[in-house]
Amino acid sequence: MQYQPGERVRIRVASPSGHYRTPTYIQGKIGVIEAVHGAFRNPETLAYGGDGRPKQPLYLVRFDQTHIWARAESAASVPFCQNDRLLIDIYEHWLEPAPEE
Amino acid sequence: MREHDAPDPHLPLEEDAGLTYYEQRVEAIQALLIEKGLLSADDVRRAVEDMEARSPAVGARVIARAWVDPHFKRHLLADAKAAIATLGINVDTWSTLVAVENTPAVHNVVVCTLCSCYPRSLLGVPPDWYKSLNYRARVVQEPRTVLKEFGLELASDMEVRVYDSTADMRYLVIPQRPAGTEGLSEAALAELVSRDSMIGVTRAREPSP
Repeated sequence: MQYQPGERVRIRVASPSGHYRTPTYIQGKIGVIEAVHGAFRNPETLAYGGDGRPKQPLYLVRFDQTHIWARAESAASVPFCQNDRLLIDIYEHWLEPAPEE
Repeated sequence: MREHDAPDPHLPLEEDAGLTYYEQRVEAIQALLIEKGLLSADDVRRAVEDMEARSPAVGARVIARAWVDPHFKRHLLADAKAAIATLGINVDTWSTLVAVENTPAVHNVVVCTLCSCYPRSLLGVPPDWYKSLNYRARVVQEPRTVLKEFGLELASDMEVRVYDSTADMRYLVIPQRPAGTEGLSEAALAELVSRDSMIGVTRAREPSP
């Protein structure tokens, strides 16, 4: 495991051909490792009849909603509030260390 | 939800309209597997029957136990699959279950933006809205607007946590136990646990007075 809970990471920006499980809306965003799920077979080869090995560490990564969506909160409807978070499962090869703050 | 364009539920299914490419492919593969004796039509039928027999009542049993048994709840939060196995409930072998707890300060809600990952072994077949592009696209961008459409308004200082289950984890929300349920039996408590409260788009039902 390259990353520990509490560490800041950035989601890689990439669009490889074939099957991958990292949605584009989260690519390039900076989050914090919330939990380490363990090692799981890689869906990118598993999807094509491969064995998914070597297994990839899988992390739960936490983001501030206010960081992901650059949107003004309108008065009519509040899409999210200051404390709201998004948590998403990301395989290690999609993570890179976040730049210094 | 904003856009309801579900077809009339009383219309007959248009099975004669022709199969899609993937339907044809699945039928061809199934026919080959049967022809080669690797499985039978009855195996396929039974698997579909088992899949459709699972219902949110299974998940509700787990939640009710967590409400009455703090030791079980700790186990459920630490290792959901192992905890659920102690109730004699069989969970999928390949995916890993994670239980997340709603509290007065935190509200959790689950989505799969990439497809429709869902804890089927505990909740059965997902509702159509869970698989809709509308829910999947919007609950990550405007969770409070979507929850409001489901009738759930949360204080602005609460933390709303949206789980996007993109990988091998299946998330189960433990709703808050409603007030005034101290005297209820575990079975009566389970009646208050709706499917939607375990997805996190609503709270558990209030007990009837």
